[in-house]
Amino acid sequence: MKPIRIITPLLMSMLILFLAACSAAPAQPAAAPQQASSTETAAKQPQSAPADNEIVLATTTSTQDSGLLDVLIPAFEAKSGIKVKVVAVGTGQAIKLGEDGNADVLLVHSRSAEDAFVSKGFGVNAYDVMYNQFLIVGPAGDPAGVTSAKTAADAFARIAEKQALFISRGDDSGTDKKEKSIWKEAGINPDGTWYLSSGQGMGATLQMADEKQAYTLTDEATFLSRKLNLQVLMQGDKSLLNPYGIIQVKATAKPDAAMQLIQFFVGDDGQKLIGQFGKDTYGKSLFVPAAKKR
Amino acid sequence: MNILELRDLVVRHEGKTILRVDSVRFEQGKIYGIIGPSGAGKSTLLRVINLLERPAQGSMHVFGTDVDLAALTHAKGLPIQRQMGFVAQKPAMFHASVFDNVAMGLRYRGEDRAAIRPRVLAALKLVDLEHAAGQRADTLSGGEAQRIALARALVYEPPLLLLDEPTASLDPHNIAIFERVIQTIHQTRRTTILIVTHNLAQARRLTHACLFIHQGRIVECGETAAVFSGAACRELQDFISGRMIC
Amino acid sequence: MLFPPDVWEIIWLSLKVTTTAIAIGMLIGIPFGAFLGLYSFPGKRLIVVLVYTCMGLPPVLVGVIVYLLLSRYGPLGSLSLLFTPQAMVIAQVALVTPILAGLTMSAVQEKERAYRETAKSLGASPIQLIATIVREARTGIWSGAAAAYGRAISEVGAVMLVGGNIEHHTRVMTTAIILETRMGNFPAALQLGLVLLAVSFLFNSFLMVGALNQWKAKRR
Repeated sequence: MKPIRIITPLLMSMLILFLAACSAAPAQPAAAPQQASSTETAAKQPQSAPADNEIVLATTTSTQDSGLLDVLIPAFEAKSGIKVKVVAVGTGQAIKLGEDGNADVLLVHSRSAEDAFVSKGFGVNAYDVMYNQFLIVGPAGDPAGVTSAKTAADAFARIAEKQALFISRGDDSGTDKKEKSIWKEAGINPDGTWYLSSGQGMGATLQMADEKQAYTLTDEATFLSRKLNLQVLMQGDKSLLNPYGIIQVKATAKPDAAMQLIQFFVGDDGQKLIGQFGKDTYGKSLFVPAAKKR
Repeated sequence: MNILELRDLVVRHEGKTILRVDSVRFEQGKIYGIIGPSGAGKSTLLRVINLLERPAQGSMHVFGTDVDLAALTHAKGLPIQRQMGFVAQKPAMFHASVFDNVAMGLRYRGEDRAAIRPRVLAALKLVDLEHAAGQRADTLSGGEAQRIALARALVYEPPLLLLDEPTASLDPHNIAIFERVIQTIHQTRRTTILIVTHNLAQARRLTHACLFIHQGRIVECGETAAVFSGAACRELQDFISGRMIC
Repeated sequence: MLFPPDVWEIIWLSLKVTTTAIAIGMLIGIPFGAFLGLYSFPGKRLIVVLVYTCMGLPPVLVGVIVYLLLSRYGPLGSLSLLFTPQAMVIAQVALVTPILAGLTMSAVQEKERAYRETAKSLGASPIQLIATIVREARTGIWSGAAAAYGRAISEVGAVMLVGGNIEHHTRVMTTAIILETRMGNFPAALQLGLVLLAVSFLFNSFLMVGALNQWKAKRR
């Protein structure tokens, strides 16, 4: 019985630590680093931001994972004194958060879902912000011959014909929707043991493709931020471009602050930061600034 | 003929010597009483013989073999242990039927299933509880449980039976049954029996010879009649007459 | 409640993976825990502390370790087990075995005093002694198994990492819940959550009924 007595306080303290860690990341583990950095910024400012000066930005994992928001959000917070809480989730969940009024601004990349969001009256002030590109990546051996395909749809058709392993995110995210639209374009209904649906984020899906020597469709930012043995087999096709939109949630209680954030993203300062992002790390910018009112 | 002999035995608990025996012999086929005040080391002696407790030093000659008690492991002592039966003052009943409890020793010895049943029933009959075979052992009364514990130790017919104050908390009826069984198996099987008891009348009734243990030493040892009549040393006189404060 | 076949498939896989893991975990954890509870040897204290520490191991950490071991670039990569149900079983075994060992240890220690000497004096060999005391401690061990089952089937971090949440292959209830949540299908996520709750409830009440019968029998 003795060891139990020694262990109990140890376990208890572990539990408390664990609980503390949980409460620090209420939305998603991925949101934790961003929150940490925004609290830091707030602490530096002499006038700490009051609670009604806080807005929630629901966005996709790609902007978070690439590190773009780590640059943009602190810059905005320093300029405006408004605190931004970032919830990084899939596009589907981000839009749902907007519909339920749990977010003030959306930064997502699924044009048709965005248009539906606005036309159903959930959002106003929609802008194009930027775009990045999707890549078809796969094993260096390229058994399906994707490199010699002319278009993305052609490449997918070759993968399906060879029944080469393909990993889909299958999570209804922007990337997933893009992938589905390319299959549709190719006139193929992907099905069979060669087509796996991971139901996970881009990073995990890439990891899986690397492990399984499979093809997948990825956004450039996430791909460049990972060190993997996968090769870029196709890029630059028109249907591989990926525009991001920013939308104000109509039901927001803080329309002014929300609008300020949007103005920052589509304004000169924001656009310049977007254009520079990634140049020092990857030697090229990951997002192309393309602000435009819809 | 000696069935058991202990030599140079020293038992320590937390650095304190609680039992020291230079030499003691037990003859086969006799009933021995071990008497003495509480805390004298009576139970310890029995537990050492049953290999439940490992002494600091000591050797034992038992069933024709010599063993170094201080170096004996559970596995090595097993052949010796399996020739002894042991009944504690408060027996622990396994959460199973009476039958399964009594069969335990035979199953441990890998006996045939078919052979187990008649032997268990015979042992239960011996203690007058054959009707309880299907009952759950943890629902028995104290007296019944103690008789089952005796049957459990007798069923594999050990040549040496060790009883540690087995009747201390029993009523006269159960004590009578218990003593009758002991006498029966002694007569029919010539089992050697060592019984630790506080009950001097019981010692007189049952035993052929007695050991008187006091403060961790065997002070007196001899024929029961001689021990109780001519009581040589003062401590024993005081103990028998009730003058010794236990 | 009626579900589409996909959902049945997910529930069935969850049960299959966790039941297999618990069965393997019991085969390892119960003898090991009983040994720890009954015998002392040099270094035992350290092992006991390690077992208790592992009982509180974050599942995600277990997942990462199993992932790295099974990865194509890892030491066991040649087995190609990553992203298979087998990998999920391995992770869950790693998760539940310390729990089963630790709880068996304390259940056995509770019964040890009363039964060790009785069994020994009746002639039990070391292995028979362990078996006897484990049998006496079965109530405590069963509730330990129930706790481990609940922990394993409701765990998400490790199975997500090593299973990969692949549709029709390694998608289980918890990873499906995560996916539905991320896609904004909160009702579907909630529905699966209720199934999970029901499974846990069924298993625990099943095991509790067993424990209760034991308890009643003791009191009779």
